[in-house]
Amino acid sequence: MARSSYPLLFERSIKGHRGSDLPALDVPMMENIIPENMKGDVLPLPELAEVDIARHYTNLSRRNFGVDNGFYPLGSCTMKYNPKINEEMPGLFADMHPLMDEDMAQGALKLMYDLDKSLCAITGMDKFTLQPSAGAHGEFTGLNLIRAYHESRNDTARTEIIVPDAAHGTNPASAAMAGFKIREIKSAPDGSVDIEALKAAVGPQTAGLMLTNPSTLGLFETHIKEVAEIVHNAGGLLYYDGANLNAIMGIVRPGDMGFDTMHINLHKTFSTPHGGGGPGSGPVGCKKELEKFLPRPVVVENDGVYSLDFDRPESVGKVRSFFGNFGVMVRAYAYILSLGANGLKEASENAVLNANYVFARLKNTYGIPHDRICMHECVINPGELEKNGIHTTDIAKALIDRGYHPPTIYFPLIVHEAMMIEPTESESKATLDEFVDALIDIARVAKENPDAIHACPVTTPVGRPDETTAARKPIVKWTQE
Amino acid sequence: MTPNDRKYTKDHEWIMVEGNVAKIGITDHAQNELGDIVFVELPDIDAEFEAGESFAVVESVKAVSNIYTAVSGKVVEVNEALDGEPELLNSDAFGNFIAALEISSIKEDELMTAEEYEKYIAE
Repeated sequence: MARSSYPLLFERSIKGHRGSDLPALDVPMMENIIPENMKGDVLPLPELAEVDIARHYTNLSRRNFGVDNGFYPLGSCTMKYNPKINEEMPGLFADMHPLMDEDMAQGALKLMYDLDKSLCAITGMDKFTLQPSAGAHGEFTGLNLIRAYHESRNDTARTEIIVPDAAHGTNPASAAMAGFKIREIKSAPDGSVDIEALKAAVGPQTAGLMLTNPSTLGLFETHIKEVAEIVHNAGGLLYYDGANLNAIMGIVRPGDMGFDTMHINLHKTFSTPHGGGGPGSGPVGCKKELEKFLPRPVVVENDGVYSLDFDRPESVGKVRSFFGNFGVMVRAYAYILSLGANGLKEASENAVLNANYVFARLKNTYGIPHDRICMHECVINPGELEKNGIHTTDIAKALIDRGYHPPTIYFPLIVHEAMMIEPTESESKATLDEFVDALIDIARVAKENPDAIHACPVTTPVGRPDETTAARKPIVKWTQE
Repeated sequence: MTPNDRKYTKDHEWIMVEGNVAKIGITDHAQNELGDIVFVELPDIDAEFEAGESFAVVESVKAVSNIYTAVSGKVVEVNEALDGEPELLNSDAFGNFIAALEISSIKEDELMTAEEYEKYIAE
């Protein structure tokens, strides 16, 4: 692709150009209908013909990179392939409206009810709400359940949520939004919960602990039972961040590990194209003792008839208009039904196998901060290459030139120069080998000619944007000169 | 060079005690690891913190990091220059404090001398 600056629509504007030609006015022109003080300045909208606009957006879209273009091992994001059949399914419901009578919407209600049951079976929870729009919204909802639980017991001194320093950034952010005080605890060197630090942190002020397992380092938290016991004995509840659920489906369930409430990123684990800010879905599940606090309405079944139950006096209320992002639920339902229990388990097994394969092949070339069997993602760093002035960002840029979306970089924060690779289950051994070969070759070039790596990427429309100036002095809107 | 006129933490903060006030900043090693710093979130004057708590946030192009206080106390001064020029922490980490706290208690035994800190980061 030729490197070129790409003008904005505003910069392409030519005075007088139009996308449509309106007929002449055939009614009397009315003057001064709008009071002067309500009129603003004329908006400087770009003036273009339809063909120019179509080309502008089509050309921009060709610069996209997605799972359908190539390998996208973005750690912690589960950029798995989304089967096209699941994209067809929401169309079956295209004629529906959320205000339709329940007797006209039995199919949609049954789908939500059955999805809830499936998610319960997968996670070991007792009931889900499908309302939350995505992961962080789910966290916020789950934390409200925790608060409602404590308040219902008049246990109002529980104002603290414990969050390990390796957690996803959304965890402390959601807890703060839900009005809790955050107590951060340091992780053990391997990224797991430091049991002694946890023991020191819990007390009568503990509302709960937020945790993801596998941890953000892609490692299974082997002390999880002990962690759950410590928090429960102190009177707190456990929240499971479902971001890493793709590693454990059909193998171990958060409900059995001792978690009381959790969210699932349906769009990640259960097949919806994501990452572009498109609709997500973050259903929140809970154990029986929290069920009455779930957002209303919930779908209930009576003699084969499905209905919406609004009569839930202890509910934390609605967290979303109507019922949530229904299209994502349909895709997830189709995905779960097409894979079945065995298929979901196999998906997780392959996700873990793929990550370990990549990890094993990279061990002799890159730095390995934690040398143990990983789950669905692995963490490497530049290791010895740092002596050649090569940083994680350089390796990421070099991968772009070789046709790959870079893995997640500089996360988790507790690993120096982290690069986090999540291959997912959808990739073949051939694809993984090509990717690993590319990384090994980048390391070779980095040693022989580090400047060549520092110059990457050279195949993209822009090279290395000045991130520092962009962050310090951001220009976020176009202004007419 | 790591200045001898102050103490250091394992989280790469420096603490300079003058009377009952502790000025806290980040070390040159810390700014080097973080890369270009693009934003510093300063605490409010009069905000109270306990030792071990995060009292400020430093955002670089690589990461967002909490800055911890090794003393308990009340914020009496913040380095407002960092609001417009966060890069001061890159150019002179030891010359730019982030905030000053009036000390109510301090855990001296957890702090390192310049020499000990240099050994610590060399490990």
